Amino acid sequence: MPVNAYPGATDLLRFLPETLLILAGTLIMVLDPLVKRRSSPLFGHLTLLTLIAGIAVAIAGASNPGPAFGGMLMVDGFATFFRVLVMGVGILIVLPSYPFLARQDGETGAFHALLLFSISGQCLMASASDLIIIFIGLEISSISSYVLAGFFRDDKRSNEAALKYFLLGSFATAFFLYGVALIYGATGTINLDAVRRSIGPLRADPPVMIVAAAALMFVGLGFKVSASPFQMWAPDVYQGAPTPVSAFLSAGPKAAGFAIFLRIFLTAFGPIGAHWEPLVWGASLLSMTVGNFAALTQTNFKRMLAYSSIAHAGYVLVALAARSQVGAAAAMFYLVAYACMNIGAFAVVSHLSGRGEKYTDIEDFKGLAQKQPLTAAMLTIFLLSLIGVPLTGGFFGKFYIFRAALESHLVWLTVLGLLNSAVAAYYYLRILVMMYMHEPGPAAEAVEPLSPAMGAALILPALGTLVLGIFPGWVLDFAGKSSELMR
Amino acid sequence: MIDTVLFYAFALLVLGGGLATITLRNAVHCAIALIVSLLGVAGLYLLQQAEFLFAVQIVLYVGGIMLLFLFVIMLVNLDQAARERQFNRQWVVAVTAVAVVAAEIGYFLWRGKAAFHIAENALSPASALGNTEQIADSLFSEYLLPFEIASLLLLVAVVGSVVMAKKRI
Repeated sequence: MPVNAYPGATDLLRFLPETLLILAGTLIMVLDPLVKRRSSPLFGHLTLLTLIAGIAVAIAGASNPGPAFGGMLMVDGFATFFRVLVMGVGILIVLPSYPFLARQDGETGAFHALLLFSISGQCLMASASDLIIIFIGLEISSISSYVLAGFFRDDKRSNEAALKYFLLGSFATAFFLYGVALIYGATGTINLDAVRRSIGPLRADPPVMIVAAAALMFVGLGFKVSASPFQMWAPDVYQGAPTPVSAFLSAGPKAAGFAIFLRIFLTAFGPIGAHWEPLVWGASLLSMTVGNFAALTQTNFKRMLAYSSIAHAGYVLVALAARSQVGAAAAMFYLVAYACMNIGAFAVVSHLSGRGEKYTDIEDFKGLAQKQPLTAAMLTIFLLSLIGVPLTGGFFGKFYIFRAALESHLVWLTVLGLLNSAVAAYYYLRILVMMYMHEPGPAAEAVEPLSPAMGAALILPALGTLVLGIFPGWVLDFAGKSSELMR
Repeated sequence: MIDTVLFYAFALLVLGGGLATITLRNAVHCAIALIVSLLGVAGLYLLQQAEFLFAVQIVLYVGGIMLLFLFVIMLVNLDQAARERQFNRQWVVAVTAVAVVAAEIGYFLWRGKAAFHIAENALSPASALGNTEQIADSLFSEYLLPFEIASLLLLVAVVGSVVMAKKRI
């Protein structure tokens, strides 16, 4: 224990991205009452600038990796990767939120402040190497997300989403915390590295308390990444929450959740991997199956994306079940690709939904291609990538994951996963048929012209998806290097 | 000897208060019974030489949180709820849960400390410093960062509840 633990300059520097986000969030709350217009774009600009600055600082900080605050944080390649990812997600969320909040007359100050707080929690999760920081980061991120999900208080569905998310989320957090307590009892430490060293000699026959702790933490984290059988909340929340928030929930908290999933299970619980692998195996197969088959029958686009998001969590769990560095890198690549294509798809719904989010059904996409060919083309890219068609990020994401699974001899999981992605093609293609082969319906007739922010919100993720599909090596190399901490 | 007597006295307060909380019909009486139970817990903390937890228990739980409870009880009209017929549809689940917990407690009583594989370093070492000083030491040195960002967590919770409760957002 360091006796004199005043944080030095290095500590503060390694904590700078989070500090920036927190300061900007607080600043927005202070400025909020001074700005007359409810839907002023000012706060959106401020949020965008902060996130860009945060990404720059995080990347600059990667040149000097190491622990901070006496081992509470570990700013390594892995942390940098996920910090940049969640802040990038933030940028892709702020863009569609300009026209969305203006249309719904939403209060931009509170929205953007909560968004920044949530992202700061996710950055903390990404760089934490101590269970208490992971827990606090998880709670900061979750509580802001609960409020964002219920942001439109007058909307019944938004209310329902917030309440469900809050109750089940708190329940899941309690599971996680129970696991942390057991870990402390069994090993006397909550530092991930120390836990690993303490578990290491017990790998053959770990005590019940450690196995129980791993199982409890698996439940808590499984909920946060909406893996089956803890996925019940996802469809209602994604459907009820304001569309940009649904996009955020499906990318930001999920990526950060997987970041701590990977870090905890591959470092701290790495030595007892043979014990938890069947658990992850089962959850991943169940998530893929439940997600894909339930998505087949949905009529609401947001709800369908929620089930698809459950299925995609299953794919990432396949990479975790591989228990290898290649698997971790594949999961990281997949999360980037997934963030791009899924936020893009949600952005299209946000654009189409109209005032009061009337048009979010699959039927509402009828004839969109005739009215707005550019929007339809972008959605086509996202959907093809979600299916996993070559030349898109989704293809290489799945390719790397299943290759990692095969290298770890998970043949059956790979076969079943591939069959699953064939099922998924049906419900994504259905949207394409709606857009291109039908006459325009009322929603397509009423769709407003693309504003510059909305255009950027569609083109940026589409570009990301294509770049990942054509030059996957760029991100994969980075992910591979970053996942070296797992050893 | 005196420790044992005090332990049973405080344990009686905890259990008696808890039982009264769930059996009394008047909500205000329930809240007061809960205060008694929480005071008993505070006494147990004191017996364990955890003076800081004792003070926090009194100030936060008995003082702060219970006061809020009472405010809510008085603001919300509970007479209506008290007159309604009470029902117990989930009693099978409840009995099962109680049986499982009772079996667990029985098992651990029977096995004693050996039932838990508690690591040596998880138990706090005997120290010349008092409990309060130890907490302060680790809170402001080793756990400085979690201590500070916990304030962000509270801030988010406050902002969130205001956003959700405001008349017009």
